[in-house]
Amino acid sequence: MSTRLSAGGRLIDKSKQISFRFNGKHMTGYAGDSLASALLANDQMLVGRSFKYHRPRGVVASGSEEPNGLVNLGEGGQFEPNQRITTTELFDGLAATSQNHWPSLDFDVGVINNSLARFLPAGFYYKMFIHPRPFWKHVYEPIIRYSAGLGKAPKDTDDSIYEHLYSFYDFVVVGGGVAGLQAAKTAGDTGARVLLVEQASNWGGRAPVDGGEIAGEPVDNFVDQTLTALKKMKNVTLRTRWMAAGIYDHGYMIGYERINDHDPSDTKPRHRLWRIRAGRIITATGAIERPLSFAGNDIPGVILASALRDYVVNFGVSVGDRTVVVTNNDDAYRTAITLKNAGLEVPLIVDARPHGGGALADEARALGIRVETGKAIAKVHGAKRVQSVSICAQAGEGAVLEEVSCDCVAMSGGWSPVVHLWSHCGGKLLWDEHEIFFRPDVHKPPLDQDGTPFVYAAGAANGCFGLDELLQDAATQTGAATGSKKTPKLPNASPRAEAPIQAVWMMPQGAGIKLRSKAWLDFQNDVKVSDVQLAAQEGFESVEHAKRYTTLGMATDQGKLSNINGLATLAGALNADIPQVGTTTFRPPYTPISMGSIAGAARGEIFQPIRKTPMQSWHEEQGAYMEPVGQWRRPYCFPRAGESHDQAVIREINQTRNFLGLLDASTLGKILVSGPDAGKFMDMLYTNMMSTLKVGKCRYGLMCSENGFLSDDGVVARIDEQTFLCHTTTGGADRIHAHMEEWLQTEWWDWKVYTANLTEQYAQVAVVGPNARKVLEKLGGMDLSKEALGFMEWADGKIGEFDARVYRISFSGELSYEIAVPASQGLVFWNALLEAGEEFGVMPYGTEALHVMRAEKGFIMIGDETDGTVIPQDLGLHWAISKKKTDFLGKRAQERTHMTDPDRWQLVGLETADGSVLPDGAYAVGTGKNANGQLNTVGRVTSTYYSPTLKRGIAMGLVHNGPSRMGETIEFAKVDGSRVPAKIVDQVYYDKDGEKQNV
Amino acid sequence: MKRYSAFAVAREALRFHSGWERAWRSPAPQKKYDVIIVGAGGHGLATAYYLGRNFGIRNVAVLEKGWLGGGNTGRNTTIIRSNYLQDPSAAIYEKARGLYENLSQDLNYNIMFSPRGVMMLAQTHHEVRGYQRTAHANALQGVSTEFIGPQKVKELCPIMNIDGPRYPVLGALWQPRGGTARHDAVAWGYARACSDMGMDIIQQCEVTGVRQSGGKVIGVDTTKGAIDCDKLGVVVAGHSGVLADMAGFRLPIESVALQALVSEPIKPCMDVVVMANTVHGYMSQSDKGEMVIGGGADGYNNYTQRGSFHHVEETVRALVETFPIISRLKMLRWWGGIVDMTGDRSPILSKTPLENYFINCGWGTGGFKAIPGSGWGMAELMAKGHSPLTEEFSLDRFKEGKFIDESVAAGVAH
Amino acid sequence: MLILNCPYCSVDAEETELTPGGEAHLKRFGPGSSDADFEGYLFQRENPKGVHFERWRHANGCGKWFHAARCTVTLEVFGTYSAQTTEPPKNLQKTISKKRPGWSWREFS
Repeated sequence: MSTRLSAGGRLIDKSKQISFRFNGKHMTGYAGDSLASALLANDQMLVGRSFKYHRPRGVVASGSEEPNGLVNLGEGGQFEPNQRITTTELFDGLAATSQNHWPSLDFDVGVINNSLARFLPAGFYYKMFIHPRPFWKHVYEPIIRYSAGLGKAPKDTDDSIYEHLYSFYDFVVVGGGVAGLQAAKTAGDTGARVLLVEQASNWGGRAPVDGGEIAGEPVDNFVDQTLTALKKMKNVTLRTRWMAAGIYDHGYMIGYERINDHDPSDTKPRHRLWRIRAGRIITATGAIERPLSFAGNDIPGVILASALRDYVVNFGVSVGDRTVVVTNNDDAYRTAITLKNAGLEVPLIVDARPHGGGALADEARALGIRVETGKAIAKVHGAKRVQSVSICAQAGEGAVLEEVSCDCVAMSGGWSPVVHLWSHCGGKLLWDEHEIFFRPDVHKPPLDQDGTPFVYAAGAANGCFGLDELLQDAATQTGAATGSKKTPKLPNASPRAEAPIQAVWMMPQGAGIKLRSKAWLDFQNDVKVSDVQLAAQEGFESVEHAKRYTTLGMATDQGKLSNINGLATLAGALNADIPQVGTTTFRPPYTPISMGSIAGAARGEIFQPIRKTPMQSWHEEQGAYMEPVGQWRRPYCFPRAGESHDQAVIREINQTRNFLGLLDASTLGKILVSGPDAGKFMDMLYTNMMSTLKVGKCRYGLMCSENGFLSDDGVVARIDEQTFLCHTTTGGADRIHAHMEEWLQTEWWDWKVYTANLTEQYAQVAVVGPNARKVLEKLGGMDLSKEALGFMEWADGKIGEFDARVYRISFSGELSYEIAVPASQGLVFWNALLEAGEEFGVMPYGTEALHVMRAEKGFIMIGDETDGTVIPQDLGLHWAISKKKTDFLGKRAQERTHMTDPDRWQLVGLETADGSVLPDGAYAVGTGKNANGQLNTVGRVTSTYYSPTLKRGIAMGLVHNGPSRMGETIEFAKVDGSRVPAKIVDQVYYDKDGEKQNV
Repeated sequence: MKRYSAFAVAREALRFHSGWERAWRSPAPQKKYDVIIVGAGGHGLATAYYLGRNFGIRNVAVLEKGWLGGGNTGRNTTIIRSNYLQDPSAAIYEKARGLYENLSQDLNYNIMFSPRGVMMLAQTHHEVRGYQRTAHANALQGVSTEFIGPQKVKELCPIMNIDGPRYPVLGALWQPRGGTARHDAVAWGYARACSDMGMDIIQQCEVTGVRQSGGKVIGVDTTKGAIDCDKLGVVVAGHSGVLADMAGFRLPIESVALQALVSEPIKPCMDVVVMANTVHGYMSQSDKGEMVIGGGADGYNNYTQRGSFHHVEETVRALVETFPIISRLKMLRWWGGIVDMTGDRSPILSKTPLENYFINCGWGTGGFKAIPGSGWGMAELMAKGHSPLTEEFSLDRFKEGKFIDESVAAGVAH
Repeated sequence: MLILNCPYCSVDAEETELTPGGEAHLKRFGPGSSDADFEGYLFQRENPKGVHFERWRHANGCGKWFHAARCTVTLEVFGTYSAQTTEPPKNLQKTISKKRPGWSWREFS
């Protein structure tokens, strides 16, 4: 059984007991425990079920490489699935449940898949469930979906908050082990800004567990001393619980700081996402031990040798009483020695190498441990817990020599440097055939914006093991990164002194299919040696093919344990060398990071920036129904109690047409174009001739893209000889300003013009309706009579106490003044208008009333009548397209054959016989079908409304040869298949002669 | 070729699967083929498949510089839909969607087409009008879609927050027979079927030159030697410019990075595909349980298959806002692909200035859903010289100004 | 995540401050030009694997447009320069030749 030892546990504080629950059962652990160590201390070896076969799963690792120990953690708004128990720090009140089983962890119906495993090899689903066709969606897929997945979906909204942080460093050192500490010290000594980060909560990495000496003292002392020195350095920042998630181009780096995962009662943000620009990055990320492939290597109780050592040394936890160690290298002997010294039994070390190990092997033997060389595990026996192992010769096919009873197997297949960060941004790898691992190819590093290396791997991450070697490497790599010629004085440290590793990718070497189909590569996704071999047999020869066909390495551990073993198995099956087969691409994040941290604080009301007009607060107080328009929110209408939106819109229109309406038009773009060449520039921007516009006058203008399509419209006012003020649509202001700047800066840079976007400098109110002049006259000030300010004229002056610029323009067809006042006076001006207008029947109206009234007048709306495929000629706007100008943006494009095609659809009005409203977006049906069997169409509705003024539906649309077909009836198709006839009419429904607006 | 079936799997299980054949042969190139297709992605393989199936042209080689299905076919978010606005788009995507319905049976390979339904959210009034227009267009195009209200949206996708303070859901364009498929399986299934028809799929074979004589293509130079052909179909997505350059013409194409990501797998919680274009994100749940997420493309030329993180941030932010429960899920895997964007963001399936040299490219961010239809049309174009499916997608449209612009209904994402 | 040095305000600008603007040094063809020239101007694009010249705007910064020379395969930036020129500066072309011998882009090499 697994239990807490009476001694040991360098990371735990036995004076602080912590209680927690697992599957409802109360358990206790100590401060400093991981959830994994605490579960093991409570003899909870079984922690989950595998993905495909629902096999029992126990802890196999001690860090972020753990594939098995995943739980549902927390409750309610703090619930989180797939939390890795090896990296979850224990806290008081922690509640976890195991995953992927029904009805219980001990008895899981899904394990039936295990009995059927032989029928469910890699890729089985591509070959099955093909017939009958509807069964995939309705039968097979639902069953597969419910059997797949791991943790439960959260039900509640996340309680926690998250934040982002920008930071800039000359050097970021990733990894707080011996190499990382030394690298940070070396970099810090140059005076540069350094960030040293460690994903765990403690410093030192695994060297303190593995033993050895630095400067004649235990490694812990070196860690403490170096940390003390680093903390004194003002230019060095230290962070634990901080994972380097990804490295991107030009020194960009994403860091994931888990601020209060270990203490959820804290109200601080849960996670912080760091967005860093680093000059140079030194990855001292260590190495990860590989499992060995032998039959039954997935049975709970089979664990990585180094992890076993971690549990004993760091947490004072023994995983089993009798441990068989199986290895192809010397490192695993450390585990045997550690166990023996802790008073635990090690009946046997199985070393696959014919000549066995070096000094560590001698030490183990001296402790009385039996060592068998050239041997292998043929098979592990047990179901939910290891019971015994069969031993055989490594060179053979698995004939059993003896059976050894044990409740734990510690395996080591060698170590792989953690090269993820090195690889994220293009760093290449080399296969080291002596050490049997991929190491960074220092000649092909990730390159920054200057084409120079910006990531340096150091220590074990660079393939350097042994304390002396990795200290030296840390100093060397950091020196290369800093460019400093000074070589730091390094303390003496223990050398490695190990016998060479031997590549062992299958145990025993000649294992038959029965053993191979029980030898796991990917514990979470249930990929076995036989699966990868089957993939190769079926032609999935590329590593990417094999990975995708078998799902190897695609589990939540991203193949940290399985990738190299799988790759070697594939290479073996293809009779190719490992480097020839290559590796899959390493992608961020190094370990999964919360979506919450990526989203950050931008949620709810502050999901995106919001733009507010000076009158916004008034609209909100009135309970206006708002619609998003870009990042503005504009009142759609101002519904009263008990009123629908439609009713409100009708009321607003009637009141405006008969009395007085007010529109907050502040969001309209207002762009100043000024300079000696402003007229020339305006003539290029607009299809109209703008240079001839007289000072004091306004003109409606159209802007096209260089591709010919209508992109924006609005009224231009000539302020003085050199200055124009261009109104744009609300959505167009920033876009059009950028468009102007682009042409000025990149094409006509010698023209003397400047532009300024004044949109937010002014509050603008449209005062509309028969009583418009009356209310303004009541406020007093400038002369706004017809004679003083005619239609399409503007003037500066005072209205009451307000500094105003008044444009006599109309988008509604009524007598209308658009009045701009400084933004700071906007709300007061608005209130003054409401107060003065009370006797004239004043009423604010929203965007929908605006839309309906403009449609009654037959005015086009950018975004309704235009959609990026419409040219001004389609809309009957020839009058606004200058024929005198030799050039304007879009002119050449409009000369192309498709643009001059007489068959283009053109704007007309549309009227139903019964007065009903045509459906929005409906198409007019022609005769027959096209070559693809689609019904031919001859037009479409672009705007359609109920007109309270005409008391019937009105519409505009683009129709094939429309203007020459006045009076003709065409049919529009509804989505239900029925047809609505509509007559082609003039699109100006209201006051065609403009008598109302021109009073 | 041995047929795949549950029976075959059971039979093989008894002998530990030792009898399975290669899914596709791995031959050395012959000296000459009737047709060479460059690019063994989904579109290239489908083109070869329908050349054989519909036109009996089987002396075909498909050349691939890497491994088949290794480009965007295996890097997309697997969404299949045909709710496009413009007739030519709706025609080819609906042809593809229809073929997807029976593709598993057709290929005897389970590509796991899952017509679970696709909805595109309307979160502004402008979008509501755009999607209503699309629904009208679809009804006449023979594409079954419907504009649904917010309550129906919520019923179909209970984990969605339809009352967000900034962009409440006003409705959605719903295509009930849209869905997803297993992307790799599409390439593998076509490859197996092509190989079975006697076609040669030649991987690790990079085209280094296009050989021509008298204004006609006569073959290609490759890293495995020169190969002659009567007709050449170039279906190489982001690398189209390079292949066009070898033949001496230019394309209206730019290659940019598009990113996608998946969460860790969880038990089923979402049965439909949701696309939210106003906030820029889309999401579905794979059969494995991962939430599959995509968003917008980068805006600059890039061949690195690495995009910029702020796009991921924008996408995840949008989806956390739309689906609050995913906040506590974790991003498991992120990747990038290189997509080829044309001037109007619609594909090119066309003859070229070089006779018998045909090109199929420019699928941008939406190619996977089109694979069978694209292959069908391209095969017809190559075999007969014209195809109603591809006619409007010709290169000439950029000269004439006859664009196929889908962005008009806000449906720019995929 | 690119960093480009804005030649106007000298800031090492984050990609999030910048808006990409497509291919550099396009010659505008207006009324009177041939269909082919106009199509080329609007749509035909260099799409090189390697050295590329492009336009950027320091949109969330000084607002100025500028040019950048960049490798599309490694994302190395060879230099940035004024938007107000019809060709890359000679010394920049030399720099690129040193780093990418034999490069060519449109009429430049």
